[in-house]
Amino acid sequence: MIALLPPIDRDRRVALLLSGPAGLILLALFALPLGLLFAVSLQAPPGTPPGPSLAAYERLLTTPHHLGAVWNSVKLSLAVTVLTLLVGYPASFAIARAKGRWRSLMLGCLFLPLSASVIVKAFAWTILLRSSGIVNTVLLGLGIVDAPVRMIFTETALIVGAVNVFLPFMILPVYAVVAQLDPRLSEAAATLGANPAAGFLKVTLPVTMPGIVAGVALVSALSVSAYVVPTLLIGERYPTLASTIAKAYLLTREPAFGAAAGVVLLVIAVAIVVLSSRLAREGRA
Amino acid sequence: MRTAALAFSWAMAILACLFLLAPLLVIAAASLSPTPVFDLPVGGASWRWYGRIASLEGFWPALWLSVQIALLSTALSLVAGTMAAAAIVRGRLPGAEAFAAALVSPLMMPGLVLGIAMLQYFRGIGFTASWPALLLAHLVITLPYVARTMIAGMSRFDFTLIEAALTLGCTWPQSVLRVMIPALAPSFLVAGLFSFLASFDNYPVSIFLTDVRTKTLPIKMLQYIEEAPDPTLAALSTLILLGTLVLLVIADRAVGLSRMAGTGE
Repeated sequence: MIALLPPIDRDRRVALLLSGPAGLILLALFALPLGLLFAVSLQAPPGTPPGPSLAAYERLLTTPHHLGAVWNSVKLSLAVTVLTLLVGYPASFAIARAKGRWRSLMLGCLFLPLSASVIVKAFAWTILLRSSGIVNTVLLGLGIVDAPVRMIFTETALIVGAVNVFLPFMILPVYAVVAQLDPRLSEAAATLGANPAAGFLKVTLPVTMPGIVAGVALVSALSVSAYVVPTLLIGERYPTLASTIAKAYLLTREPAFGAAAGVVLLVIAVAIVVLSSRLAREGRA
Repeated sequence: MRTAALAFSWAMAILACLFLLAPLLVIAAASLSPTPVFDLPVGGASWRWYGRIASLEGFWPALWLSVQIALLSTALSLVAGTMAAAAIVRGRLPGAEAFAAALVSPLMMPGLVLGIAMLQYFRGIGFTASWPALLLAHLVITLPYVARTMIAGMSRFDFTLIEAALTLGCTWPQSVLRVMIPALAPSFLVAGLFSFLASFDNYPVSIFLTDVRTKTLPIKMLQYIEEAPDPTLAALSTLILLGTLVLLVIADRAVGLSRMAGTGE
């Protein structure tokens, strides 16, 4: 391993050499393909004079059906982000306060689903939410409903499944901040006369804000591009940007249109990440 | 009020844990279903679905392909990512911070966008072989996980230990092999684990790079689910879950879940 040959601290060339392979992967397999994707999205539609054209973007952003798909992706992302934050934020405090075996157990409850395949989890929700599935059996058995409720292939199923898949991505970043929090901080606030609500708003919330921002960025960027969960839990009835991309490439063979949808999705995801890191920086300053 | 808040936070944590485990438990239960329609094994479990996994059409080639791609891309990313992390943490690398951010950036990239970008690119340069295309694409999927973990791991590593080893008469390669590699072993393990799982599970990138004969396991599984779901799939999913559980227990013993979570790895 040349990683630590003596000159590393002194010689810029060794550092460049070391970062070569990773840099090459990033350039040849990430930056160039994305650049090409952008170029393809500007291709003129067949039958029109060649040259850069915004036709694909125009079609995506003016056709009501496709605009609906963009909105569906954003709506899903918003709903999932809000719900995971509402559950995940308080939950991470209990996990951080838990001791020894309890903490390991709860972290295990986060890591096992996180490591499990999205396909497996979405498949499980199709079993749970079927008309003759477990949720309906329980609801019927408890007398809460008289007839099986249609859940699979509804927005409810989609949101339940998506929250389930993305919840660990909210809890872990928040937990990472809360675990380092000094519990004496809120005690100090109380000693100084702050009532619990004010103590929370003025001390705990601002201190944990970096964790919230990280979790919100991660969950909203991941869920805006979710593909497997909507495919299995709601299907064709709920077109998303992701399904528009997949369809354009795998079914209708319209690369320029698919690429334009990809660029739009990319811009949304990057905007989320950039905005939230700026928010986090301002919060710290 | 404080007690109420604490009770609320515990309630949410327990709720979250149950909610997160629910689909996994359901899959395990459905894999023992006595009938072909996912009944819960109340009154009598059946193991026959496990016996049928091996006879799923195209299962063995898909599993073998996924394992190959995941192992190879993880190994290559570990080498490239560790070297880059060393340069970023220790070297006089111009723009080290930007390079570190760029290395991790594919993590935030929508998988499908990466997939179609790769497809266009490989087509454009006339590179149509599915297997190498999958491997190259999975390098981009796995490298950010390795880079993130190894940069964090190396920032915590005390490089004066290397100097100490040198003073005590070790050569450079010896001090790296005997001091640095063992000290970084937990980081290697976590990086390797996350990178392997990210590749092994990947659907949105692989779907654009497979052909009729080259299909990874996630693609085969989604195809089975859409065509004819039966408890055989639940049995297969349960086996994958058990495999993941074993990897996690090993990681917990070696590193500790708390540290894996606390450092954002």
